[in-house]
Amino acid sequence: MMNREPKQYDTGEVLPPPTERYTVLGWLHKNLFSTWYYTILTLVTLYVLYIVVKPTLNWAFTQAQWQVVVVNLRLFMVGQYPADQVFRVWIALHLLAFTAGMAWGIFFPRARRIGAAILLIPLLFAALPFISNFSRVNWVLFDVFALLGWGLAIWRPQAMRRPLLVLILAYFPILILLIYGIKPILRIVKTNLWGGLMLTLLLAVVGIVISFPIGILLALGRRSELPIVKLFSVLYIEIIRGVPLVTVLFMAELMLPLFLPPQIKIDNVIRAMAGIIIFEAAYMAENVRGGLQAIPKGQYEAAWALGLNGFQTTFYIILPQALRNVIPVLVNQFISLFKDTTLVAIVGLLDLLGIASTVLAQPEFIGRQREVYLFIALIYWVFSYAMSYASRRLEVALGVGER
Amino acid sequence: MKRTLYLLGILLIVGVLLAACGSSAGQNGAQAVKTVIVTVQAKGGNTPSGFGTTLKAVKERGHLICGVNSELPGFGYVDQQGNYKGFDVDFCHAVAAAIFGDPNKVEFRPLTAKERFTALQTGEIDVLIRNTTWTLTRDTELGANFAATTFYDGQGIMVRKDSGIKKLEDLQGAKICVATGTTTELNLADQMAAHGIKYTPVVFEKADQVYGAYDEGRCDAVTSDKSQLVSRRTTLKNPKDHVILDITLSKEPLGPVVRQGDDQWFDIINWVVFATFTGEELGINSKNVDKIKATTQNPNVKKFLGLEGEMGQKLGLSDDWAYNIIKYVGNYAEIYNRNLGPGTPFDLPRGLNNSWINGGLLYAPPIR
Repeated sequence: MMNREPKQYDTGEVLPPPTERYTVLGWLHKNLFSTWYYTILTLVTLYVLYIVVKPTLNWAFTQAQWQVVVVNLRLFMVGQYPADQVFRVWIALHLLAFTAGMAWGIFFPRARRIGAAILLIPLLFAALPFISNFSRVNWVLFDVFALLGWGLAIWRPQAMRRPLLVLILAYFPILILLIYGIKPILRIVKTNLWGGLMLTLLLAVVGIVISFPIGILLALGRRSELPIVKLFSVLYIEIIRGVPLVTVLFMAELMLPLFLPPQIKIDNVIRAMAGIIIFEAAYMAENVRGGLQAIPKGQYEAAWALGLNGFQTTFYIILPQALRNVIPVLVNQFISLFKDTTLVAIVGLLDLLGIASTVLAQPEFIGRQREVYLFIALIYWVFSYAMSYASRRLEVALGVGER
Repeated sequence: MKRTLYLLGILLIVGVLLAACGSSAGQNGAQAVKTVIVTVQAKGGNTPSGFGTTLKAVKERGHLICGVNSELPGFGYVDQQGNYKGFDVDFCHAVAAAIFGDPNKVEFRPLTAKERFTALQTGEIDVLIRNTTWTLTRDTELGANFAATTFYDGQGIMVRKDSGIKKLEDLQGAKICVATGTTTELNLADQMAAHGIKYTPVVFEKADQVYGAYDEGRCDAVTSDKSQLVSRRTTLKNPKDHVILDITLSKEPLGPVVRQGDDQWFDIINWVVFATFTGEELGINSKNVDKIKATTQNPNVKKFLGLEGEMGQKLGLSDDWAYNIIKYVGNYAEIYNRNLGPGTPFDLPRGLNNSWINGGLLYAPPIR
């Protein structure tokens, strides 16, 4: 990180150490061929990579029949969601692009190059040869909306802060209404038709968003001095942490209907969501508690000395610091939840993995396991990597770990 | 600080209590209340057992809920347009056609092998049509009733054509690929022990590995249900080099399953299956059914198509129930050929699944 401002040596500022510079050959020599045994290791590794990568690439470009992915692309993305209603998912995406563009303009007004690089990705999708023109137009629109939001934020950064907050808070309910439908305007699409990547993302996002406040309450409850609250929190956390997620999901899907009277039927997607939330809240609580414990006692005392009451201390002094400390852990939990949602495939939901198995049962594509599983693995990787990258940027922006 | 935590704790407890109150208040509501996520129906409207209750509930709901397999080639899967397709799925359509005169008034619930019976017991589904084998234990202990068998499957053995293996005894000393932990593995051991044949089982966790190993030549034979052998044969490098032996190691009759306690519903499912058999026996299919209905003088056909005898009403359905099945879904031969027959990659011979007229096991009691 080079500082672009003129240096003010008289302030006694500590400069970062100079970065090392190498030529290509110099870098190779230092990192790969510095001693004779490193040279041997490097050569062996290169050979192993060669014999592994070559057949893989050879297979991917000459033998693999990607037709199975191409013709089932809509299934992979939105499952059985009716084709004539897919525009609703696009609207939700455009709104997301608008919100994200606005946030980008307000919080990273100078990071234009990275922003432009991100905007290239949808254009790349739009250029794919096998997608429909409808999707092509929508990918371009996606960028248009992102730029629109960004432009607004650059134009009036101060005035746009409040609308942005409203958008962020309202996005989630709007998303659910868009996808589920509102009686007279939008046709109701029952949750049994939700599927694919859309369902995977919804499960993960709902799981993390709703378990977050519950987790914070449980973490505070566990540190509370009220015996009943403390006992409840401890019992909840320890019981849930003592069972695997599969068990919780099975309970939610199979046992819940047995306990409930037959008049009450809860949708099975909602049941899976409830199971995930119940499970994640316990882990969330422990993560947040870790952050709370890292806050030195002096912070409480200082807040007290300033005359803040308990509520103010917790919500203005302690929690902001505690949550900032646990960002890496929370992102880690989110990534792991994103992948754990595949477990709902065993309770009969057609998420990305469930759709993959049903696509593999299409008579014309029996035996295309490698193509299909590689494709969904790629999707999982892209999303997980994007999340971890975003969290690293967020940590830098918030200065976590620089104290 | 302390007070805040008090407050939060109280909020937490109140929240939990509120949630509990909310659900109990919902139960007391006498009228049907609908919310986005929870559907509360009027009391007595949908108890899962009792004569006539299932049909009543299905009609009130306006569609059938059918438990299916979503990942079995030929029997249940989602096609590229996002619609369920397959042999089992077509029988769901047939039930819907018989009740509503519309084969599409059905909601599919994909189920795994583990959850299928619980889903049936709890009333999540009206009927389970998911390649389920009829056994005594399941029929008695699980509170299930098995309707007429739609598909007679059985465990078979596939070998290479050039191996010269023709019968079970030829497998003496052979290596046989099989999935571990399945009844398939046990059946193989039982049968081989009964015939005193020594063999080496080569076991794998997953079906993909089993057939991969067989294709690479690591085993002389591979064993599994015949319908699966046939579908998997199409994925081998040279499908024509392999042959499925005419040996059946175990009986696997697959058919629809309903809850015990509603005999009317059990009858309906039974007779829907029989109607598809009868259609084939009488030579009535989806293409000629309108013509036959207009011209027929045969009293059996007239009763079948609802022109006389009021057969449908005895089941609690309309009299053209069987006509609707044949018209919108087809007779058994059409359903079979569409999903498993010569036009498909499976090209599965009818074998036992032929009408009794052609030497198979499909035999429908008379509709009269």
